[in-house]
Amino acid sequence: MADNRKKLVEVKDLSVTFGSRRHPFKAVDGVSFHIYEGETFGLVGESGSGKTTIGRAIIRIHPTSGGQVLFDGKQINGRISKALDREVTQRIQMIFQDPMSSLNERAKVDYIVSEGLYAPGHHLTQEARQEKVSKALADVGLLPEFASRFPHEFSGGQRQRIGIARALIMEPDFIIADEPISALDVSIRAQVLNLMSDLQKKRNLTYLFIAHDLSVVRFICDRIAVIHKGKIVELAESEELFAHPLHPYTQALLSAIPMPDPKAERNKTLLVYDPGCHGYSETNRPAWRDVVPGHFVLASEEEFARYQKNY
Amino acid sequence: MVLSIQDLNVKFTLRGQTLHAIRGISLDVHQGESLAIVGESGSGKSVLVKCTMGLLDANGYIDSGKILYKDADLAKNRTDKDWQSIRGREIAMVFQDPMTSLNPLKTIGKQIREAVELHQGLKGQAAYQTVLEVLSDVGIDDPQRRYKQYPHEFSGGMRQRVVIAIAVACRPKILICDEPTTALDVTIQAQILELIKKMQQKYDLTTIYITHDLGVVANVADRIAVMYAGDIVEIGTCDEVFYDPRHPYTWALLSSLPQLGVKNEPLYSIQGTPPNLFREVKGDAFAPRNPKALKIDFVRRPPYFSVSPTHKARTWLLDPRAPKVAPPEHIRTLREKGGLGNG
Repeated sequence: MADNRKKLVEVKDLSVTFGSRRHPFKAVDGVSFHIYEGETFGLVGESGSGKTTIGRAIIRIHPTSGGQVLFDGKQINGRISKALDREVTQRIQMIFQDPMSSLNERAKVDYIVSEGLYAPGHHLTQEARQEKVSKALADVGLLPEFASRFPHEFSGGQRQRIGIARALIMEPDFIIADEPISALDVSIRAQVLNLMSDLQKKRNLTYLFIAHDLSVVRFICDRIAVIHKGKIVELAESEELFAHPLHPYTQALLSAIPMPDPKAERNKTLLVYDPGCHGYSETNRPAWRDVVPGHFVLASEEEFARYQKNY
Repeated sequence: MVLSIQDLNVKFTLRGQTLHAIRGISLDVHQGESLAIVGESGSGKSVLVKCTMGLLDANGYIDSGKILYKDADLAKNRTDKDWQSIRGREIAMVFQDPMTSLNPLKTIGKQIREAVELHQGLKGQAAYQTVLEVLSDVGIDDPQRRYKQYPHEFSGGMRQRVVIAIAVACRPKILICDEPTTALDVTIQAQILELIKKMQQKYDLTTIYITHDLGVVANVADRIAVMYAGDIVEIGTCDEVFYDPRHPYTWALLSSLPQLGVKNEPLYSIQGTPPNLFREVKGDAFAPRNPKALKIDFVRRPPYFSVSPTHKARTWLLDPRAPKVAPPEHIRTLREKGGLGNG
């Protein structure tokens, strides 16, 4: 069923390295996945796992040190032509984590939202631009009058809506949402999540949803990749992942989800992932294997046999 | 009972206007319990506990009411000198963001040692040994090496452990944790909550958690107080609040948790915004956002109705004359989980 869908984004063996040449640090190490058009793909991991780096590498903020990123069939990492760069900047947009610090404090909402339109090549008249701003604001449930206000006049949830409007005004196909709700109150989270899924239905958007909280990701994502120390350890459809978590790290993440159920909470055991538990060595290397079609896990041969037996 | 807040009113003056942040709260905190105060931002939960430590901003003041702690009324304290004997020694606080609550210019060891020297009166080698002990208590390996390190050499979770170490090194009676895990990852969050629980048992502490996320406190709280617009709208034991909530605001908070969401259906979200506390709130503060509000909710402020000796809620729905309003679906599922059925 999955195969006839169009792959909008393909990441092949992506590596991102930081640090000097003498002391390199591999933040992302040989990561491969693809995102189908119109789906929401979740990337989950703890801080320092490289999940944000992957998002930023796709949108060309971080240079890649190996591998390929394909968007709509064209390679977009490394050296690309100016025309393609423009196309990518317009078609891929980003929503940031902290709405308190991601908006320019000294600019009015009008400018913040339409900043992308000032880029050369758009040539909009003042009226056309303002019309677009009002439409973008209306789309995210804000009043057009808000355009003349400053960010500090808004609450956290409203600010995040401004951040979404700023992404939408460029009419993107693909949005990278980097922990868009982590900094928000629980009651506001629901509003922003609903808004994001509404917009997806209306505009056929594709999302890469980066988060550290599996409970949120389960609600919004179609497929989830769990990432640990720069490597994807497990990838599956979200219900499948929750029903059959195989990798010990995924199990640890699942056990940490706080449940609003005191009885279950009292009886739960918190799993702690120990990266040394695999006993990987030069001869016993983990590889990317699929347990059932569409459910991949990083495992050595012996582990894989065990996973399959317990499945 | 360790701490008793009685009919507390707190106001702020902002640009010539008065903001009524705490509107007559009474709350008893019992010895050895862990109490969670839950509410969205702006509900006044942080202001409430800041009052107990004299940490209100300069434009805020206690208008009326009492904060009784060990026969003394803390609401009468005025100067920093009055507070000196309370802060740290009796009531200690763990703040939200471990990235900003530590001094970046001092080693971790020195920062904990300050607390040890000041509050336990230890000096020299004895103080050093105590610091090492506290460090290993909060789960930091290799304390001798860590003693000499600076905050930037620690990860977020480790820093929060250090902040907790400083707090318990003061040997307080009450530990207030203001959103202790909001800035942390889920896996770390669970570990930090475990740690606070462990510290509570070891040092016989009374803990007060402040959080906006009801999901987090199911594991740690004995009692839960739900705050809305400067008032406690519902208070009860953990099981009572989760399995048998009565106030529409508690229903709304629980229903909007993504953990309970059903895929491909919109999550329940609370409409509207909290009331403007610059104006006098009429009736039930939550009524304008409550689609099932009764007429009286807009006119008269509901009193507390007792559901059980430990559970009370401020809603007219509990009045015997009120029409039966069924709680939303999510709440009914929670009830079944709690073994209370649909009754």
